[in-house]
Amino acid sequence: MKRLAREFTKGIIAENPIFFMVLGLCPALAVSTSVTNAVGMGLAATFVLVCSNMIIALVRRRIPDKIRIPCFIVIIATFVTIVEMILEAFAPALDRSLGIFVPLIVVNCIILGRAEAFASKNPVLPSIADGLGMGLGFLVALVTIAFFRETLGSGKLMGLSLSHRFEPALVMALAPGALLVVGLLIGGLRWVRSLRSS
Amino acid sequence: MADKYFVSAAPHFHKKDESVARIMWTVNVALVPVAVMGVAIFRWCALGVMLTAVLSAVITEAVIQRGRGQRVTVRDGSAFMTGLLLAFNLPAHVPLWLPVVGSVFAIAIGKQAFGGLGRNIFNPALAGRAFLMAAWPQHMTTFTRPFAVDAVTQATPLVLLKEGKALGLADMGLNHFDLLLGFRGGSLGEVCALALVLGGVYLLWRGIITWHTPVTFILTAGLFGWVFGAPQGFFQGDFLFQILSGGLLLGAIYMATDYVTSPITKKGQLIFGVCCGLLTGVIRRWGGYPEGVCYSILFMNAAVPLIDRFAQPRRYGVKK
Repeated sequence: MKRLAREFTKGIIAENPIFFMVLGLCPALAVSTSVTNAVGMGLAATFVLVCSNMIIALVRRRIPDKIRIPCFIVIIATFVTIVEMILEAFAPALDRSLGIFVPLIVVNCIILGRAEAFASKNPVLPSIADGLGMGLGFLVALVTIAFFRETLGSGKLMGLSLSHRFEPALVMALAPGALLVVGLLIGGLRWVRSLRSS
Repeated sequence: MADKYFVSAAPHFHKKDESVARIMWTVNVALVPVAVMGVAIFRWCALGVMLTAVLSAVITEAVIQRGRGQRVTVRDGSAFMTGLLLAFNLPAHVPLWLPVVGSVFAIAIGKQAFGGLGRNIFNPALAGRAFLMAAWPQHMTTFTRPFAVDAVTQATPLVLLKEGKALGLADMGLNHFDLLLGFRGGSLGEVCALALVLGGVYLLWRGIITWHTPVTFILTAGLFGWVFGAPQGFFQGDFLFQILSGGLLLGAIYMATDYVTSPITKKGQLIFGVCCGLLTGVIRRWGGYPEGVCYSILFMNAAVPLIDRFAQPRRYGVKK
């Protein structure tokens, strides 16, 4: 039980996929323009991560080592297709605003990375815990980035206008703004960590 | 004996009383005519923008250096220069929070985030300007008519040319003399070519800058404009117009010669100047923006380590 808790919590802060492993930056830059998008993307990725980790951990002894990556991709793609269909059916607006980045979850390096680094070497329950932790870490990071980008870049939060006196900085809604926010957040978090360890 | 000789890393001071502060303040002195002409042409708003930008740049630098536990070096004039150059890149009638944000970005992100003076890859003032341009384009591209009491907006000559509203200076109701003195729309420090050249000559005379970067930059951009600048055919562009309009002189004399972000060797500076000029010409002629000096310098700043490596001088007694 203790091990499960450890595998679960490490992904959220200590080994946060975006802020400390710097993986999965492509969706992090692309869909973090609004908090709503970020939540949708984070949940979709978490679902895929948990399910693919579970299945890969189940069949890890049956997969031949030489073709493990294609096998992982097939398993991941299955769940991504499921997510895509669910989004199209029940949240068409979110599906439209996420666009190409939902099918692109297939090649999200966090998911492939966890499959390769964790699920293919560990039993089912720890793999689920790891997937859930990493997914939530990804979600938390996305929402944090999106919070700054949406408030500064379009003067809104969850689609609601904050103040009409504030002139939004257009650049924050564009790619350079995303890189700035991610860079500053990574820098800030590492600084906090260095303060703690010293 | 031992304390008479000390070992330090290059580059070395070769004059007795040379220092960072001395060089920076000399550049600031060279910028005075430009500032005076800016105030003369755009009235007191220009002064407000300059003061705000300089003050916020200096305060940001002091706060960050204090916070990082370093020696506070705002007296060396480098933050002052960054603030002033940033103000020169802004339209005169911008709301005053704009220079504040720009200066804070220039110093905090453009300079201190890389480790402070001497370690920044990009020219801080231009980084601040590029950020403002991307963040609030409507403020950054609304220029006012010179000598107007109430702020009447007027497009810059390059915008008119780019949008096809005028084919030459005559269509804009201007002549080359107007461009030389600064009687045109534009950023507050870029309009008066005469003051910019005056400051440049002073810097050359004091040995702060060499001719290599500015001259190649200006000539390349001018020649490019002459060859490709006119939509009706080759070799019909206006050479002088290309040189005197936009921020070419300001960029070439004061920004592209920044010690930290430009190549060390003469050969490197020549390459740097020519490439800046070419990029400026390409952006002016075919790019999305009417003016490309800022982006071409920033772009070439990123290439400086590469140029420095390429233009390394041969060591004495060593075959290549």
